[in-house]
Amino acid sequence: MSMDWLVPALLTIITAATPLVFAAVGETVVEKAGVLNLGVEGMMIIGAIAAFATAVSTGSGLLAVVAGAFAGLLLALIFGLLTIYLQSNQVATGLALTIFGLGLSALIGHGYVGKTFAGLPKLDIPGLTTIPVIGPILFGQDGLVYLSVVNVALVAWFLSRTRGGLLVRAVGENHDAAHSIGYSVTLIRMGAILFGGAMAGIGGAYLSLAYTPLWVENMTAGRGWIALALVVFASWKPWRGFFGAYLFGGITIIQLYAQGMGVEVSAQFLSMLPYLATVIVLVIISRDEAKARLNAPACLGKNFHASG
Amino acid sequence: MSDTPRLELIAITKTYPGVVANNDVSLKIMPGEIHALLGENGAGKSTLVKFIYGVQKADSGKMYWEGNEIAVASPNAARRLGIGMVFQHFSLFDAMTVEENIALGISPELARGDLARRIREVSAQYGLPLDPGRYVHTLSVGERQRIEVVRCLLQDPQLLIMDEPTSVLTPQEVDELFKTLRRLSGEGVSILYISHKLEEIKALCHAATIMRMGEVVAHCTPANETARSMAEMMMGDSLVSPERGDRTGDGPVKLELRKLSAPSTHQHGTDLVDIDLEVRAGEIVGIAGIAGNGQRELMEVLSGEVPVSAADAIRIDDRPVGRLGPNERRAMGTGLVPEERLGHGAVPDMSLWENGLLSAATRMRMVRNGFIQIGAATKYAESVVERFRVKTPGVTHTASSLSGGNLQKFIIGREIMQDPGVIVALQPTWGVDAGSAASIRQELIDLAGRGAAVLVVSQDLEELFEISDRIAVICEGRLSSAQPAENMTVEQIGLLMAGVSEEEAAHVH
Amino acid sequence: MFIRMEQRPEPSKTMVYVSPLIAVVLTILTAMVMFEIMGVDPIRAIATFFIEPISSLNGVAELCVKATPLVLIGVGLSFGFQANVWNIGAEGQLTIGALAGGGIALAFYNDEFALLLPLMLIAGVAGGMAWGAIPAFLKTRFNTNEILTSLMLTYVALLVLSYLVHGPWKDPDGQNFPESRLFNDAAMLPVLIEETRLNVGWLLALFVVAAGWVLIARHIIGFQIKVIGMAPMAASFAGYKEKRLVWLTLLISGGCAGLAGTIELSGAIGQIVPVISPGYGFTAIIVAFLGRLHPVGVLFAGLLMALTYLGGDSAQITMNLPNAVTGVFQGMLLFFLLASDVLIKYRFRFGTPSVAKEAAE
Repeated sequence: MSMDWLVPALLTIITAATPLVFAAVGETVVEKAGVLNLGVEGMMIIGAIAAFATAVSTGSGLLAVVAGAFAGLLLALIFGLLTIYLQSNQVATGLALTIFGLGLSALIGHGYVGKTFAGLPKLDIPGLTTIPVIGPILFGQDGLVYLSVVNVALVAWFLSRTRGGLLVRAVGENHDAAHSIGYSVTLIRMGAILFGGAMAGIGGAYLSLAYTPLWVENMTAGRGWIALALVVFASWKPWRGFFGAYLFGGITIIQLYAQGMGVEVSAQFLSMLPYLATVIVLVIISRDEAKARLNAPACLGKNFHASG
Repeated sequence: MSDTPRLELIAITKTYPGVVANNDVSLKIMPGEIHALLGENGAGKSTLVKFIYGVQKADSGKMYWEGNEIAVASPNAARRLGIGMVFQHFSLFDAMTVEENIALGISPELARGDLARRIREVSAQYGLPLDPGRYVHTLSVGERQRIEVVRCLLQDPQLLIMDEPTSVLTPQEVDELFKTLRRLSGEGVSILYISHKLEEIKALCHAATIMRMGEVVAHCTPANETARSMAEMMMGDSLVSPERGDRTGDGPVKLELRKLSAPSTHQHGTDLVDIDLEVRAGEIVGIAGIAGNGQRELMEVLSGEVPVSAADAIRIDDRPVGRLGPNERRAMGTGLVPEERLGHGAVPDMSLWENGLLSAATRMRMVRNGFIQIGAATKYAESVVERFRVKTPGVTHTASSLSGGNLQKFIIGREIMQDPGVIVALQPTWGVDAGSAASIRQELIDLAGRGAAVLVVSQDLEELFEISDRIAVICEGRLSSAQPAENMTVEQIGLLMAGVSEEEAAHVH
Repeated sequence: MFIRMEQRPEPSKTMVYVSPLIAVVLTILTAMVMFEIMGVDPIRAIATFFIEPISSLNGVAELCVKATPLVLIGVGLSFGFQANVWNIGAEGQLTIGALAGGGIALAFYNDEFALLLPLMLIAGVAGGMAWGAIPAFLKTRFNTNEILTSLMLTYVALLVLSYLVHGPWKDPDGQNFPESRLFNDAAMLPVLIEETRLNVGWLLALFVVAAGWVLIARHIIGFQIKVIGMAPMAASFAGYKEKRLVWLTLLISGGCAGLAGTIELSGAIGQIVPVISPGYGFTAIIVAFLGRLHPVGVLFAGLLMALTYLGGDSAQITMNLPNAVTGVFQGMLLFFLLASDVLIKYRFRFGTPSVAKEAAE
C-alpha cells in the first residue's frame, strides 16, 4: 500500500490544528484567571481580517501576524473593560464580542474579498526538509506552527512553575482571598484577558494567512467555539489542549480524505463531524460532575468587585 | 520595654454609602501587648483592621508605627512593615497546596529557596504541625487556620492581627492557640485580637478597646472587668436574658431521625452517618459543632433539598418524609431557616413580598391554578414586617436593602407565621446585631411554648445553653445523643466537638 | 476630584429602562463617528438607516415582517436567560423548525386543505423543541454546557438544511437550483394588509408576547425561572426543580424559534431555500437583552433590531454601504447596553462620599 497520502494528511492536520492551539491555549490562561470569555470566535475572526488586510497591503507575513494579535487584543480589551470595570455579565459580553467581531470583520473585509496572499513562508533546511515523512513535518512548517508549540510549552511552564502563574491561578481560584492578601485581581485578570485576545487573534491570523490564504466572511466557522470546548476537554491543562487540537485537526481532515477515497457520504454529513465530535467530547468530559467541577477554576465566570 | 507604642491610630474615620463604619477611632498597642478589639458584629472592627492592613483606605485620621507617621498603601506594604494578619474568613486557595498558599501570602523574596523546609521549621517551633505538600481542601478548619498563622510567622511580624480566630475552633484548639499567642507576646510581638467572646478576652488579653456603632466607647483592662460589664459596654444597655417560660417538653415526638445516613452532595463536604434524634412538641433541641462537620448537609436533608433514599430515616408527625421535597414538607408544617440569608433563605434582588412567596406559597395559599395571588402575598409579607418589627420602608423593597438583623427577622417571621409544627434553624442569629438576636431567640422559645418542635443548629455555645432544653453535638457527620442542657458542661461539649467519644467526654467534670 | 463606582443600596428600577435608551443613543453617536471616518455623511447615513425604511406603509409592514422572528425568538430566549440557561443555538432550532414545517408543506404540495397551515406551525414548534431538547437532555443528564452544545447543533442544523435543499428536497422540476418546490396557497400565512407582506405571523408574535408576559409576571413558573436565575440555592430551598426548568426553558425557546422558522417560510419565502434566516437566531440574543428579558421590552427591541436590518438594506441600495454595517450596529448596541447596565447596580460619584462630609462637620 502506498504511503503517499500520509505526509499530506499529517500536514493538513497540523494546519487545521494550529489555529485551535493558539486560541485554546490563550483561553486556558483566561479561564485559569477565573474569566470566561466566550468571544473567542469574534477575536479570531477580527484577527483573521486584520492579518489578511495587513498582509495584502504590506506583503509582510510578520507584520500581518502582529496585526492579527493586536486586533484580537483590542477586542479583548473591550471585553475586559466591560466585565472587569463595569461588572457586565461575562457570558453576555462574550456573546456580544462574537457578534460584533463577525460584523466588524465583514465590514472591514468587504474590500478584501477575492484578494490573495502568497501564504506564510515555510522553513526549508536543505538536507533536513527533504528527509522522507518526518522532514516536511518537522522541518517544513511555517513559523507560526513552531510558535504554537513553543507557546504551549511556555504557558504550561508559566502556569505551573512561576510566581506569575501562581497568581493567575490564585485569582481564578478565590478572588476574594487574593484581594485580601493584597493582589490586584483586576490587573491580573486584565493581563490574562489581553493575552487570550492576542492568542485568539494569532489563531485567526493563521486561518487567513496559512490555512486558506484569502478572506471569506465567517471563515472561522465555529473554530472559536471549538477552542472553548477544547479548554474544557483539556481540563484547563495546556498540553492536553494541544493534543485535543490535533485530535480535532484529524477529524476535520477526515472529510477531505473520505471524499478523496470515494466514500459515499454527502459532504454535509462529513462537515458535521467536527461539531458532533465537539458535542460528544463535551458529554464525555462533563459526565462526572464532581470531577468536572474539581478541575475548573472555582471563580470561573464570577465577577469581582472589591467592596469599599 | 520602650514607651513608644508599636502602633498608634488617631482619629480614624471611614464611611461607606449610608454608613459611618469608623468614626474618630483611636487605638494604641505597645510591644508585646495582646490587645483586644471588642465589639458586636457591625461595630466597625473589621473596617478598622482592613485599614491597618492596607486593604482599605480611611477617609481621615493618622497612623503611627514605632512612633513614625506612615500610610500603609497595600497589604504588601503592611507585611514589609511587619504586620501579619489572620483573616476570619481565611484567605486560602482550596485547590492549592499549603506551600503554594503560603508562598502567595509572603513577599516574593521570602518565597524563594527552600520554603517547604522553613514551613516545617516554624510550624514545629510553635507547635503548629503542617505538611507543606497537602492540598488545603483536605485539611480541617483548625489546620487551615494554622496555615494563616504560619504564613504570618514566616515574616517575623511585629504585630499580628487575628480576626475572630476562635469562632471555628474547639475549646481545646483554642487553648493551643492561646499558648502560641502568649509565647509570641513573650517574644515581643504585639497582637491585636478581635473578638466578641468575653471570657476569651479576659483570659488572654492585656488591654481592650471596645467599639460600638463605629466608635470607641471604652478602653479597659479585661482582668479588672467582668464579662458582664464588658458586655454592657459593648452593647450599650444592660442585657436582657430571654424568658424561658414554662415548657414541659414531654409532648409527642414531632421530628424523628432514625439511622439517618446521607452522602454529601458538596465537593469536600461531610457525609452524614447514622444520625438518631427525636424532637418533641414544646422543646428546643440544640446541635453544637464546628462549622463543616455536617451541619449544612443535615439542614439539606431536613429541608428536603437533598432527599434521602430511606424514606423512613426522617419522620415528621410519625410519617416518613425522607423522599419528599421542601414543598411537601412545608405543606406538612415544617419551617426552615437556612444559614445563609442572602442567596439561600432569600433572593437578594427580589422584593420582600416575593421572598415571602418563596417559602409560604403553598401553606398560605398564594398560588391559584399556577397564578400568583399578588395581593395575598403582599398582605402576608406586610403582616410579617409588622408582627416582627422588620425595619423597611415597604414590602416592595428588596431583601438586599435590609440589614442582616432585619432580614433575619423577616425570614424567621416568614416561617413562624406559617404556624409550623416543626422548625429547623441553622445559625439563626449569626451576624445579627444583639437586639435582633435577642428577639429572634425569644421568638423561637415562644414558638416552642406554643407546642412546636424546635431544632437549632448553631456554633454559638452561649446561645445554645441559653435556649436549648437538650443539646447534641455534631462531629464529622455523626451526632452525639441529645442530653439535657443543664447536665452538660462547655468542656464536655468541646471534647465532643473535637470527636472524643461520648463515654470519654462524660467523665470530664 | 475623582470618579468612584459605588454600589446602590438596591438596584435602580429607573435605570433598568433608561439603560437601553442610553445604549441606543451611544450607538447612534458612535455610528456617526464611524460613518464620518468612512467618508459618508453621518446625518444622511443615519437617516437612511433609521428613517427612510419606515417612511411608507409598506416599510412599516416590512418592519413587522422582519420583527416577527426576532420578537418570537427573543421572548423564548428571555426565559432561558433569566434562568441562566444560555441557549445560543436558536438559529439551529429555527432551521430545524422551518424544515419540519416546510417538510409538511412539501409532503402535501398537491393537497390544499385548511388544516395544512396549522399542521405546519405545530410541526415547526415541535421541530424547534426537538432541537432544543438535545442540549436540555445533555445538560440535565450529563451536565454538558448548553452554550457549546446548542451552538454546535446550529452548525449541524445548517448543514442538514444544506443537504436537504441540495439533495432529496430539491425541486424536481426546477433548474437544478438548490431550492425546494414552491408551497401551495394553503401553506401560506394569510396577508393582513393588501399589497404588503405583513401576515398573520405578526399576530402570532404579538400573542406570544402577551402569553409570555402572563407567564413571567403572573405565573408561578415565571417566578421559579426568575428565582433560579438570581439565586439557585434559594430556588432549591423553595423546592423548585432545576432540571425541570432547564427542560422547560429550552423547550420554550426552541419551540418559539421553530415557530419563527416556519413563519419565515410560510409567510415570506414560500419555499425552502439554502438561507432561511440572516442570523435572526443570533440577533434575537441582542433583542432579548435589549428588551430587558421582558416580553414587552422584547417587542420594542425586536422592532428596533428589525429596523437595523431594513436600514442595512436601504443603506446598501441608496448609499452603497456594505450590508455588514448592520452586524456592527447590533454588536455595538449590545456592548453599550451591557456597559450602561452598570448603572442599575452602581452609581458614579465624584469626589469624596457625601456621608463623610456630614460626619466631618
